[in-house]
Amino acid sequence: MAAAAAARRLPAASLRQHRPLLLRPFASSSGDQQPITVETSVPFTGHKIEPPSRSVETTPSELLTFFRDMSLMRRMEIAADSLYKSKLIRGFCHLYDGQEAVAVGLEASITKKDAIITAYRDHCIYLARGGNLVEAFAELMGRRAGCSKGKGGSMHFYKKESGFFGGHGIVGAQVPLGCGLAFAQKYIKEGTVTFALYGDGAANQGQLFEALNISALWDLPAILICENNHYGMGTAEWRAAKSPAYYKRGDYVPGLKVDGMDVLAVKQACKFAKEYALKNGPLILEMDTYRYHGHSMSDPGSTYRTRDEISGVRQERDPIERVRKLILSNDIASANELKNIEKEVRKEVDDAIAQAKESPMPDPSDLFTNVYVKGFGVEAFGADRKEVKAVLP
Amino acid sequence: MLRVLRQKVGCGASPAMIFGQALQKVLPAGSVLPRKYSSAAKEMNVREALNSALDEEMSADPKVFLMGEEVGEYQGAYKISKGLLEKYGPDRVLDTPITEAGFTGIGVGAAYYGLRPVVEFMTFNFSMQAIDHIINSAAKSNYMSAGQISVPIVFRGPNGAAAGVGAQHSQCFAAWYAHVPGLKVLTPYSAEDARGLLKAAIRDPDPVVFLENELLYGESFPVSAEVLDSSFCLPIGKAKIEREGKHVTITAYSKMVGYALQAAEILSKEGISAEIINLRSIRPLDRATINASVRKTNRLVTVEEGFPQHGVGAEICMSVVEESFEYLDAPVERIAGADVPMPYAANLERMAVPQVDDIVRAAKRACYRSVPMAAAA
Repeated sequence: MAAAAAARRLPAASLRQHRPLLLRPFASSSGDQQPITVETSVPFTGHKIEPPSRSVETTPSELLTFFRDMSLMRRMEIAADSLYKSKLIRGFCHLYDGQEAVAVGLEASITKKDAIITAYRDHCIYLARGGNLVEAFAELMGRRAGCSKGKGGSMHFYKKESGFFGGHGIVGAQVPLGCGLAFAQKYIKEGTVTFALYGDGAANQGQLFEALNISALWDLPAILICENNHYGMGTAEWRAAKSPAYYKRGDYVPGLKVDGMDVLAVKQACKFAKEYALKNGPLILEMDTYRYHGHSMSDPGSTYRTRDEISGVRQERDPIERVRKLILSNDIASANELKNIEKEVRKEVDDAIAQAKESPMPDPSDLFTNVYVKGFGVEAFGADRKEVKAVLP
Repeated sequence: MLRVLRQKVGCGASPAMIFGQALQKVLPAGSVLPRKYSSAAKEMNVREALNSALDEEMSADPKVFLMGEEVGEYQGAYKISKGLLEKYGPDRVLDTPITEAGFTGIGVGAAYYGLRPVVEFMTFNFSMQAIDHIINSAAKSNYMSAGQISVPIVFRGPNGAAAGVGAQHSQCFAAWYAHVPGLKVLTPYSAEDARGLLKAAIRDPDPVVFLENELLYGESFPVSAEVLDSSFCLPIGKAKIEREGKHVTITAYSKMVGYALQAAEILSKEGISAEIINLRSIRPLDRATINASVRKTNRLVTVEEGFPQHGVGAEICMSVVEESFEYLDAPVERIAGADVPMPYAANLERMAVPQVDDIVRAAKRACYRSVPMAAAA
């Protein structure tokens, strides 16, 4: 059995070869692509729709990819925590650790031509969309090499060429914007869809219902994903929503409730949603997920929830541990090999941080760049306009 | 004399047109030429100008689409989009529900993806429901993303006071939107402005707030062949000197340009030659033209319909103080709407909006020609 496992598993070295960061499954031996069928942790619950089957097809290489990708995201967020505490990251920093399965499962079900838009808890979605680790850390530290050249910060990561439209600070605004992306996709007849992610706090926003109404009227290929981590900042869902059954809140728009800590369930649901939305218009997916950190680095996250609750979720439902168990029980890799992957990931993150730290802060002239695409040579002024001014090209 | 006229006719001008042109010099620009004198001189009202601009830009670029309340089947609440649904179909002319936050966000998202939306607000008062999308989602995106996400969108609709519509339907938003870096704010006055600026706005890669005026929609203006051409476009950020003058500069935008021109007529009879600047663009503001004019006349009156505090005139005054202080021979005068919510009663409404008399009086004050106030008892 061990020999068979040895034959099937991916050597650690070839894992390292594969940049960009997130490993795309590749065929080395046919064993890596051998389909495995896994049952999701819980069945899907549907609102006005027949839910998909809870049997999900995956492969050994896909599971290893999931493991690596989620470990990388986990490491990145924990490293960001340290950087914030050492004051290298300033302002707001909203961490995603615990929720990795949503980012990774979603990405596995779509292409880079589909679009994703989210709120401010965006570091891992950025990475999943092909974002660069060095650029992520550089942006967090406000450096020139950042993905937004240091001008955006934690909440404003984008990668337009691979369909990631940010990175938005205003709660709920990203949902109408996402429906607008879907509108454009339909207008151009691309056969692609948009996933607009929002939290349980944003789920009560009026503009969400306005956008959903229009999306349903116009049959837009928009999928709304509520990442329900059960707390809108410090307010538990039952204190903010009369009906916290977010997958039902679309009323006339069907919905699906998904275990958001189960990456295979997420993948299945998103694949189902894409097929549905292309034919029928909007759909809501509620991902039952959890964030280990507080709302942001300014929030300890323990004044409104018990430490027992947090550690309970970590023990019972952690998305990375779940995939680790699957890999081990299917003899895809050994525990040691998985530990090695985690070590590599840790080194990758450390190297990226070191590289990002070397990037300088933006040039002062960057204060005035990108105000407009076309500035017509207009003057823009600094605090003392007789001291500092620039011409906008 | 008739023989001379007939010779002039040979060049392609009809006698009626010559009369019309002669009349043009006497009447302030912007007033409708009496019917019997207009023939070959093409005239267009602002509504037609906007409609034709939308039509041409939609025809030229399939990515341009229009959305808003009643823009389609109703032909437009003010008939600005008349005929467009029929011509371009429901995929490009979209009637929205009465949900500004929702449809504006959708418009901005479509612009993120590369389409070129024109979002109509039935009046800009309703834009406040969507203002987060205009400012946080549209204006700031190119900057926050360091150029990755540009937003080629136009937000247009009537702005400012209409007639008798009361406080919630009469606010001028020029100062509010012009406050924001990342936005461009345009205020057409004439039909030429409407055509040229709307076409420029639709072609512009940045978010543009296009402030029209309901009371100007029906006003006719002469338009040249150049203006009627489908390639016609006006530059953004350049003001127009509607009337040259020597003694005092009067800046205005939108409807107030017409009032300022009437004031200039009245002032000229008293020997005061006023230079009227039609701002056309509130952001970017054409500081160069304004300052050059003040350096020539040495006196300035700013005119706007909106609330006075922190208004457009305040910015213009400051610009002149910063750049042309030594040239000022008198304090800058400011005419603006009254500092009250718009009342309904006709007499109060008249007091709440600048009138031609107000502009004349301020210009005279700037020229030290006003009647001195009686000493307090």
